[in-house]
Amino acid sequence: MSEMGEDPRNGATAGAARLPSTPLLRGLTRRRLLGAGAGVAALATLAACGTPGQKERNADAPTSVPDRSDTDKIVNWSNWPEYIDVTKNGKHPTLESFTKRTGIKVNYTEDINDNDAFYAKLQPFFTQGQDTGRDLLTFSDTYCGRLINFGWVQELDFANMPNVTANLDPTLKDVSWDPGRKYSLPYQAGFTGIGYNTKATRGAKVETVEQLLTDPDLKGRVTLLTEMSDTMGMVMTSMDIDPRQFTDDEFDAAIDKLQKAVDAGQIANFTGNDYGKPLASGDIAACLAYTGDIVQLQADSKDLAYALPPQGHMVWSDNWQVPNLAQHKKNAELLINHYYDPKVAAELVDWVNYISPVPAAKDVLVKEDPEVANNPLIFPTDEVRARSYLFMGISYEKEQEYNRKFQAVLAG
Amino acid sequence: MTAFAGLERGSQGPAQPPPDSGKTRGRWTPYFLLLPGMAWLAVFFIVPVVFLVSMSLQTGNIVDGYELTWNFGTYGDAITQYWDQFVRSFIYALIATVAALLIAYPLAYAIAFKAGRFKNLLLVMVIAPFFTSFLIRTLAWQVILQSDGIVVGIMEKLHIISLLQWLQLLPTDQVIFSPFAVITGLTYNFLPFMTLPLYASLERLDPRLLEAGGDLYARPFTSFRKITLPLSMPGVVAGTLLTFIPAAGDYINSHLLGNTSTTMIGQVIDGQFLRVLDYPTASALSVTLMATIVILVAVYVWRAGTEELV
Repeated sequence: MSEMGEDPRNGATAGAARLPSTPLLRGLTRRRLLGAGAGVAALATLAACGTPGQKERNADAPTSVPDRSDTDKIVNWSNWPEYIDVTKNGKHPTLESFTKRTGIKVNYTEDINDNDAFYAKLQPFFTQGQDTGRDLLTFSDTYCGRLINFGWVQELDFANMPNVTANLDPTLKDVSWDPGRKYSLPYQAGFTGIGYNTKATRGAKVETVEQLLTDPDLKGRVTLLTEMSDTMGMVMTSMDIDPRQFTDDEFDAAIDKLQKAVDAGQIANFTGNDYGKPLASGDIAACLAYTGDIVQLQADSKDLAYALPPQGHMVWSDNWQVPNLAQHKKNAELLINHYYDPKVAAELVDWVNYISPVPAAKDVLVKEDPEVANNPLIFPTDEVRARSYLFMGISYEKEQEYNRKFQAVLAG
Repeated sequence: MTAFAGLERGSQGPAQPPPDSGKTRGRWTPYFLLLPGMAWLAVFFIVPVVFLVSMSLQTGNIVDGYELTWNFGTYGDAITQYWDQFVRSFIYALIATVAALLIAYPLAYAIAFKAGRFKNLLLVMVIAPFFTSFLIRTLAWQVILQSDGIVVGIMEKLHIISLLQWLQLLPTDQVIFSPFAVITGLTYNFLPFMTLPLYASLERLDPRLLEAGGDLYARPFTSFRKITLPLSMPGVVAGTLLTFIPAAGDYINSHLLGNTSTTMIGQVIDGQFLRVLDYPTASALSVTLMATIVILVAVYVWRAGTEELV
């Protein structure tokens, strides 16, 4: 700091004496001095800094603010793209009927493209105890669990949501990371199974994860998912390990199996949900895929098939949560309540083709759109439901340990 | 780079009298001119780098907090574990840079000397890809390189596929999801960064020099070797840097066009930051990548000679 306060003329003269003088040259000498000063200051800061942990921060930070729902009739909701009903002129009928019913305007934003990236975007708000500007988030399971663990979301008030109590699918009531659903409610759910291109497999069926990992006919033409819980869960089911309850040794055994398939060149790549194009073109013969995606892709290509392995498959859900310091918590709860009305749930699922957390929606659709009502990927049978597993609820440390091992396999 | 080169030249050239604008007025002008740039660098480069270096030396986790423990072990572990990915990134970036140079030099030469009235149109076409996003452009290559596509059909007919297999750039007969596809993507994506500096330096070349060369009985190739090429070196150096540096850290091309054995260091850093949430390891890898690039660039610029960097 002292160097920065130094008389500017001294520096300039020194520079001028040494070098042929142009104004810029003197500037450089000066700049070096400034740089050195900044460097010293930076090092000092560096030595002092560190980041307090979540435990410490939560101790004295408020989690809620006085609710402004009754005076401020809005609710801010962050969701995934193309994950809601939309008309040709870009309107969302289910949101409009909510506004009509309650007088509450919904600021609907499609800004979640990727759980990891969206989490990284919000994390600074949470760690610094600031309002995210959002009243409703729609993260996927593991991430919802993480937010609950860190104390970043608020407990929901079921008195505002009678439809939820009446209509929530009983199999979704208890999840490992949120027993009793105190802090989260499913928006839509889906299965992770196997998608394959019958043209690329020359008519052969691909119905087990074992085939994906070892079938020589599929060598180098298989993709798996970058989402650890999906891929590892599916590998575990193929080894008769229960993804809902497993030990570290069992996880390591599954990692070994995956590593062998990668080393053998069986796996072309790991993907997000960008497997659609190569699967449709046949460059990828078979892959781990999400139900809703395949239902949509099948509309364009007759060659695509979907299989849920007999050993079982993973189920996931994207869940509503109200973040700390949200200003319109009650409005958010009223919106959730709206979507748990079977009529609204039916309207929504008719568009997005994922699995609704409201089984009663099927009764509405049987009359209105029997094709969707009878699609086993949208309204699965009880037998299929019994074979769907949710990934074990794990602590943050375990999650990190498992992710580290999984990323090491991905790096090849 | 230009300012720096100007300094070098100034120091070697004859001493010029300072522009005489009074004792105090004008003395501050350079600082004012530097101020916006310096402020930008300080806030968006120096501060983040300090935080990055600091994070790489901390230990802990998000629940209990991070503490600066000067744990240099993170570097050792990270570099040992991901050494292959580091080496691979630099090799791919190097091949892509050479390929881009081989494509861009004739292109820039043609635009600068032979394009006539189409010059501006061609320049716009070089820049045109920037109108769509990086991600979309790379996804388009998934379609271009798909197995039943035209491009692959032509490559098969011309036996390019077998040549690439012999060069070990294609592990199977599939073009997509291979090292070749990744390098193609990198070359394509950074080609404008190579073309524009080359064009800028070629365009300024004084044609009278070439005429003089001809008058002195130099064959066209000799003129090119003795006049055009040396005078375009600043463009070559700038272009190769602008291509190599981002290509070495890229993580999109290898993710969308590669396979599990083409993983580049950018992907590893992405995974450690966003998925594993192991910030110290991710920071250590980033710092190592930056330091390596700085050293490589310093050596390169030093060998190429800064005075040519006009």
